[in-house]
Amino acid sequence: MDNRIEIRLSGSGGQGLILGGIILAEAAINEGNNAIQSQSYGPEARGGASKAEVIISREEIDFPKVDKADLLLAMTEVAYKKYIKSLKEGGILIADSSINVDAEDKAYKVLQVPIIATAAEKLGKAMVANIIALGVIQQVTEVVNKESLEAAVLNRVPRGTEELNKTALSEGYMLASSTF
Amino acid sequence: MSSQLIQNNFRMDRLPHIWCPGCGHGIVMRSLAQAIENQGYDKKKVCVVSGIGCSSRASGYMDFNTLHTTHGRALAFATGVKLANPELKVIVVTGDGDCSAIGGNHLIHTARRNIDITTIVFNNNIYGMTGGQYSPTTPTSEYGTTAPFGNIDKAFDICKLVDAAGATYVARGTVYHTVQLIKLIENALINNGFSLVDAISTCPTYYGRKNKKGSAVNMLNSLKENAVDIKAAEKLPKEKLEGKFLIGEFKNTNEPEYTEEYMKIIKKYQKER
Amino acid sequence: MSDRKVKLMQGNEACVEGALAAGMKFYAGYPITPSTEVAELCAQKLPLIGGKFIQMEDEIAGMAAIIGSSLAGLKSMTATSGPGFSLKQENIGYAALAEVPCVIVDVQRAGPSTGLPTAPSQGDIMQAKWGTHGDHPVIALSPSSVKETFDLTVKCFNLAEKYRTPVLLMLDEVVGHMREKIEIPNPDEIEIYNRIKPQEGDDSYKAYRVEEKEIVPRMAAFGEGFHFHVTGLMHDEFGFPTNDTDTSDKLIRRIMAKVSDNVDDIVIYEEKYMADAEYVVLAYGGTARSAISAVKKAREMGIKVGLFRAVTIWPFPEKQIRELAGKVKKFIVPEMNLGQYVLEVERVVAGRAEVISLGKANGEVITPDEILSKIKEVL
Repeated sequence: MDNRIEIRLSGSGGQGLILGGIILAEAAINEGNNAIQSQSYGPEARGGASKAEVIISREEIDFPKVDKADLLLAMTEVAYKKYIKSLKEGGILIADSSINVDAEDKAYKVLQVPIIATAAEKLGKAMVANIIALGVIQQVTEVVNKESLEAAVLNRVPRGTEELNKTALSEGYMLASSTF
Repeated sequence: MSSQLIQNNFRMDRLPHIWCPGCGHGIVMRSLAQAIENQGYDKKKVCVVSGIGCSSRASGYMDFNTLHTTHGRALAFATGVKLANPELKVIVVTGDGDCSAIGGNHLIHTARRNIDITTIVFNNNIYGMTGGQYSPTTPTSEYGTTAPFGNIDKAFDICKLVDAAGATYVARGTVYHTVQLIKLIENALINNGFSLVDAISTCPTYYGRKNKKGSAVNMLNSLKENAVDIKAAEKLPKEKLEGKFLIGEFKNTNEPEYTEEYMKIIKKYQKER
Repeated sequence: MSDRKVKLMQGNEACVEGALAAGMKFYAGYPITPSTEVAELCAQKLPLIGGKFIQMEDEIAGMAAIIGSSLAGLKSMTATSGPGFSLKQENIGYAALAEVPCVIVDVQRAGPSTGLPTAPSQGDIMQAKWGTHGDHPVIALSPSSVKETFDLTVKCFNLAEKYRTPVLLMLDEVVGHMREKIEIPNPDEIEIYNRIKPQEGDDSYKAYRVEEKEIVPRMAAFGEGFHFHVTGLMHDEFGFPTNDTDTSDKLIRRIMAKVSDNVDDIVIYEEKYMADAEYVVLAYGGTARSAISAVKKAREMGIKVGLFRAVTIWPFPEKQIRELAGKVKKFIVPEMNLGQYVLEVERVVAGRAEVISLGKANGEVITPDEILSKIKEVL
């Protein structure tokens, strides 16, 4: 892991991205690293543009905001278009398959994954898309390990949904390894 | 030599009060003291909270736990006192402008919560402390220093207002009908919930002079002539009630009281820890 | 390491945890972004410990209710943001004059007016000092991290109890809403100060008389048998209203002196890289994090710059800044407003060094690069 890795999770309100950011940050601190999670949001509670940011570092984190991200997760086309410019050159874009990604753009490593479809169709629960995405991010970056990520997921999801979320994580791991 | 009632319930070194000769507020304050005495409350547990204005000076004269707050906010301060220590008998002393204009929001919401606070409105239909401006209870067409051409506002009926907002005890008395006023205040104190007594007072200095109501005695007489008890009013034809106002007990019910409901939450969830 | 738990926690949440650790038993407030989490957590946690939460009908009532509850003996807090902070001002002045301990949290957002409700700001700094009318003592602390939010909330309660005055916790949306690592200290590691009460049945008790060698009058609670009077009018030692100018003069000077005579006890600050600094970035709250990042980068470039972080923002760390003014060449003051705290720096520096303002009030944080550019520009 680099000293400071900056991750931006973007999509629409209600997709659970802020929770995703919290879980990722919690997994990192469980491993003894430092992490900061922050967010920006509009006035709408559902829909609208939403983003969560996570910074993970072995050292103390001074500036708590993400400027140029090392990794961008885009769950909607709107979010992709809005935030792609803030991805570092050479950074990683993880985009849902539903998004029309500019294939000509060679500035980033692009990974397109059917996150939303897997959640909705295979698991029958659209709301676990965020957890699938975390699985993908873990495999791609290894910024946290599987054990601490799973512990953080189980600590934060509603009671009674533990098995579903564990399955979602595994789906994420598999999606990453089959596309990467 | 002051009466036993005065000696028992007032800070003798703070008297005489600052109210004008002929002002009705002293009668309301004394009636409140008499009601407290009649009920035999432990003085240690009585807390009198007031806002700003002529009426609100009463808290300084009364020998209890007393809190003289900011303009309009007495009920909000009192809510903090009562919820923090529900053992206290919390009484709010306020005026018509204090409680129904600047403090109107607190009035309706304190009534809505039905928190056990007894509110006595010293209602003289005018802002006295600032020199005679019209208030929310100044009748239409009457005069105040800020209504030099006659008041075009409509007046609030404070009793109807808090009744609609959820108060569980509502009554009106006057400084002429003192025996009844004391009884109404006692019943308000007994009611376990938000209770209000609209005590119609007199302000000969400003309201009286501005509106040519005559002397203080004339103003008291006019209360006598124009007040109709609600029980008597039920039997009177409509035309006999024109220009009159109702006094008596308008509402006396029993509903869940706020601090008791909160204590239930504490009991239920504190145990589970 | 003890058995202390490491947690990921939001600034607003750490504020509530700190308040509970300090002994808060009463919260009253009104919902407003971005401080709402404070109210929500108090609503959830207070009844579990036998404390009380109430959502009032407006901001003014929230402030009024905590004054009432504090007088009834409970440690009390309210939280708000910009517009609500404006509305609370009159009663904050009441608490100052009537000497009622309480804590007011302002999670600053971009203003004026409704402004940018979800965006950070440090635009209420001067309002914290001058928001209510008349002369009044002010204590305001501003944390830069989640852990410090916990610590300073405890400190706010302690200062409120010790000096019998309202104390302000000036958070900003950056610190209030971010989540980071925090190690919650064990209760026995937390220093708690409780108001001094009169002796039970003390017949000579005067509600506003300061006993010898004490800083503030002893504070009875309503219901304990002392029939004292509390008012927002100028008052004598008994608490009764007075028009006497000498009594008023004594009172106002006494309440001001509570803070001015105890500045060393109240002022907290932090210095980094200051030993050989020729330039100093003076920052507070969330902006201090950008400032330290910029200072580190500048040091890597060989620039002799240091950080002075005001943790207590009011009273102003006057002694420290006056001393620095004779040593450094320039002060750079970044803040999320168009230049408020910098005015106080200028006043104290009094021309002995150059003071440069770096202000931003568009709802965005000031980045380390913006501060670094400013440092390079003014070299």
